Amino acid sequence: MPEYETRVGMECHAELLTESKMFCGCRNEFGGEPNSRTCPVCLGLPGSLPVMNKKAVEHVVRTALALNCTISLHSIFHRKNYFYPDLPKGYQISQYGNTPIGTNGWLEIERADGTTKRIRITRVHLEEDTGKLIHSDGAGYSVVDYNRSGVPLMEIVTDFPPDIESAEEARLYAETLRSVLLYLQVSDGKMEQGSLRAEPNPSVRPVGSDTFGVKTELKNLNSFRSVQRGIEYEAKRQIEVIEGGGRVVQETRGWDDDKGVSFSQRSKEVEQEYRYFPEPDLIPLDFDVKWLDSLRESLPELPNEKKRRLAEQYGLPASDAAQLVLERETADFFEAAAKGAKDPKAIANWMLGDLARLANAESVPVHATQVTPGALAGMVGLIESGAITGKIAKSVLEEMVATGKTAAQVVEEKGLTVSGADEVAGIVANVVAANPDVVAKIKAGNDKSIGFLVGQVMKESKGRAKPDDVNRLLKDEIAKQ
Amino acid sequence: MALTREEVGRVAVLARLALTHDETDRLTHHLNDLLGQFAHLQELDTEDVPPTSHAVPVQATLREDVARPSLPREAVLANGPQVDPEAGGFIVPQVIGE
Repeated sequence: MPEYETRVGMECHAELLTESKMFCGCRNEFGGEPNSRTCPVCLGLPGSLPVMNKKAVEHVVRTALALNCTISLHSIFHRKNYFYPDLPKGYQISQYGNTPIGTNGWLEIERADGTTKRIRITRVHLEEDTGKLIHSDGAGYSVVDYNRSGVPLMEIVTDFPPDIESAEEARLYAETLRSVLLYLQVSDGKMEQGSLRAEPNPSVRPVGSDTFGVKTELKNLNSFRSVQRGIEYEAKRQIEVIEGGGRVVQETRGWDDDKGVSFSQRSKEVEQEYRYFPEPDLIPLDFDVKWLDSLRESLPELPNEKKRRLAEQYGLPASDAAQLVLERETADFFEAAAKGAKDPKAIANWMLGDLARLANAESVPVHATQVTPGALAGMVGLIESGAITGKIAKSVLEEMVATGKTAAQVVEEKGLTVSGADEVAGIVANVVAANPDVVAKIKAGNDKSIGFLVGQVMKESKGRAKPDDVNRLLKDEIAKQ
Repeated sequence: MALTREEVGRVAVLARLALTHDETDRLTHHLNDLLGQFAHLQELDTEDVPPTSHAVPVQATLREDVARPSLPREAVLANGPQVDPEAGGFIVPQVIGE
């Protein structure tokens, strides 16, 4: 069997974070009673006319700039014509051809081994979302809800030939793109609610082939994990089809996450005829260069830049920095806690370790527990000063997450502070007195036996004493014998 | 380049128009006359003319992102030929896929 290689094109759709819909004043929200947010415009009633939402245009321009695109100074809209009940007008307003808002950009991804790669982006355009069909079993009909009809939707498409060469790279691309959208605050990025939708087009070909294989389009991928699993499955399936003497059919395939399989939804053998033409109800967008410059200048620090800066400024390993910047709030939390800290690496360790675990148990992001950045910094400070041990800190942090108290308060209330020298010295004296045989061995030169006594003292002090102190005190006590 | 009956039939399908044999003939003739007019326009030299989607040079008027009240649901659903009051939606033929 020849070796095969995978290529993946990606189409991503993001619903934009706006108050109102793309062409009318109906509220742009998720959920709610079906058909409770509609009007003549988004219902496609005769005589209604669309008026573009300025914020939505701005969101797409900012995204295009952040993705290093060229902005079309003259950008026009088109009608994409097809009959399907999710579109009350009989067409979707979209952008076709060579004047979408953004063209020819790129997004850099970082693989697990730390190497980076630029994924070229061919277009970023603005369109409207469609209504939602509700299929009920046995009813014999479907019901349509137009609340989502006309919600501003941004489409981001990677360039051809595809730069993405594996399922993992596709997942990294989707994750990185989501981070960028979150940083720009243009989308809430919720894949499980469908406000961010990734549609990969995987194809396979024998290594060394100079033509690309037939691609299929994957839908219903509701998480990054399913993006990766779906592509892995689909690449394997395509190779099996080819090896079995068959031919891959160009089609849309749905992903069943429970069963871990893809299934045929719609054949795309005949290119859909959408009969695009310029939307006569909308005037083209003409962008002012000064306005574009001001938007470019007001872009926030983006995830990739922030990752590099955090690694450098705080001496973090690249993998830690990469995890911290996935969401802007997490990175902000870290910086607030690490500001002025002696050991920022320790802050990052606690955030990505115990705090992340505790936050996960409460189903909130790491930055959204009751622990404030200052409180986390305070706890790390107590460890550094020797007031508590790392082991004690674990239970202190649990209490902080549960109650929102500071580390100092928890330590005070629970009496968790490292016992005063007197108390530890007392325990040491008792342990030495209770184990004369062990003491004798140590005096005879068996230094290793001291470990047993250290363990006894730690047990007696319930882990509150510091091993270094115990070691020193034990040696002193034994010398006195 | 003249349109064939088959091409006219295909366009009719896309537009969800059910044409009789005679109508297809008549429209094929009609459309070919129209294309003849365009062929005449094609003779013009438009080498230096940029593609024009809109004839009047005006700036797009954008709307501030402000939400306004939507229509009452009862009024919206009253327009539907068939509605499912319980589901609160318009009834459409069952469709599989997306």
